[in-house]
Amino acid sequence: MSNVPAELEYTDAHEWIRRLPDGTAEVGITDHAQHALGDIVYVELPDVGRTLSAGEACAVVESVKSASDVYAPVSGEVIARNAALETAPEAINQDPYGAGWMLRVRLAPGGGDAKTLSAAAYLDLLSKESD
Amino acid sequence: MGRRTALFDLHRTLGARSVDFGGWDMPLHYGSQVAEHNAVRRAAGVFDVSHMGVVDVDGARSRAFLEQLLANDVAKLTAPGRALYGCMLNEAGGIIDDLLVYRLEASAFRIVVNAGRREADLAWIRGHAAQFGVSVVEREDLAMLAVQGPEARALTAKLLVPEHAQAALALAPFHARPIGEWYVSRTGYTGEDGFEVMLPAGGAADLFEALRAAGAAPCGLGARDTLRLEAGLNLYGNDMDEQTDPFESALGWTVALQPVTRRFIGRDALEAIQRRGSARKLVGLLLVDRGGVLRRHQTVIAPGAGEGEITSGGFSPTLERSIAFARVPAATGTEVEVDVRGRALRARVVKPPFVRHGQPLVS
Repeated sequence: MSNVPAELEYTDAHEWIRRLPDGTAEVGITDHAQHALGDIVYVELPDVGRTLSAGEACAVVESVKSASDVYAPVSGEVIARNAALETAPEAINQDPYGAGWMLRVRLAPGGGDAKTLSAAAYLDLLSKESD
Repeated sequence: MGRRTALFDLHRTLGARSVDFGGWDMPLHYGSQVAEHNAVRRAAGVFDVSHMGVVDVDGARSRAFLEQLLANDVAKLTAPGRALYGCMLNEAGGIIDDLLVYRLEASAFRIVVNAGRREADLAWIRGHAAQFGVSVVEREDLAMLAVQGPEARALTAKLLVPEHAQAALALAPFHARPIGEWYVSRTGYTGEDGFEVMLPAGGAADLFEALRAAGAAPCGLGARDTLRLEAGLNLYGNDMDEQTDPFESALGWTVALQPVTRRFIGRDALEAIQRRGSARKLVGLLLVDRGGVLRRHQTVIAPGAGEGEITSGGFSPTLERSIAFARVPAATGTEVEVDVRGRALRARVVKPPFVRHGQPLVS
């Protein structure tokens, strides 16, 4: 069963969001997503300073199987990206909610959120997908 | 739901992620495709390859039949226990399948064909066998395991009684022999040493488990694909099919045009193609730029020569770079660009294999 930390928010495209007290958020892909993709061998991240709108394709994750877009789960400006993924993309497989984080975003005023899911709602979505 | 091998339940117990391959429900990986790949390069891995078709051809004129059926010459199989790789062609020189043929006895041969081509192959083989009066029997009673890697042979031999172990270890590359209930062949599809073992399907799960207990990592089709790509071995359906001939598939070495008296199916077409020269060739590519992974169907731009297409591509765990096979114009030089998700990335044209016996051959 996939690991779905209770304190995070999720999207139906299998990204996670960790809101931080300073109005920023960390973003990555979920344990379910990394498992479905298989071994990840290349990650392409947006430049720092780029403004993202929730729902737009903002990163690419290539696994041994395929290339997949990652969609911005929130709107805002990219203030950091996980450069370690350039040489060690497997961190996403090994620790998707920790060392495998992808972006840090300063949230647009008002949050600018796409529809995010609670951990319970995301678990519910996964159980339906596996039916 | 696809067809299942005798090991289906075992794969499921071992946590395999399944994939459809040629109509068969097969393990893609058991956790990490890259770890499985590396296990075969560094130690040993075991693959269920029971989806492949095993066809026995028997009869006084079986050699004459196969001399007509195959583009490589079974006359090279001078004694029982020898194996030969080659193509079965249609009249236009297109590749119906690539296969291994073993000489079992003086007038008995065994052909191993691709899973997705079993029906097409059998229809073609049976259609041509009739006039030679030979029997054609599909051995659905057999399973096949591939044990591959530098430690694969020693590890397999440990499961055998001493005289059988000795016989197995004495096999030279591309040789095979019956050992007890098994038919053991020193062949494979990974670029490593190892065995392929054909055995009664009922014993296959026990052998798989014994090999695992002896230290072979269970490996799925994902690792099998990256291993064969590194080893420079074609995959039917990706790198060649009925619309392509052996010369434009880097398989010219498997076509025996001598002796000229052997009138195999497709020969006339191949002779004509050889006279006018092939317009395309199959080459290896090594991605130079960072920025993605080479994948099947991406467009290759060959400066001054035209365009081609990647037929198989992926990430090479051994080289830690992306590699591919591509069918490109014959005049393609040593540098090309590949359209990877809208960006032109530079790649170098190289001659496969990329890796053999654990060692990188390109840099």
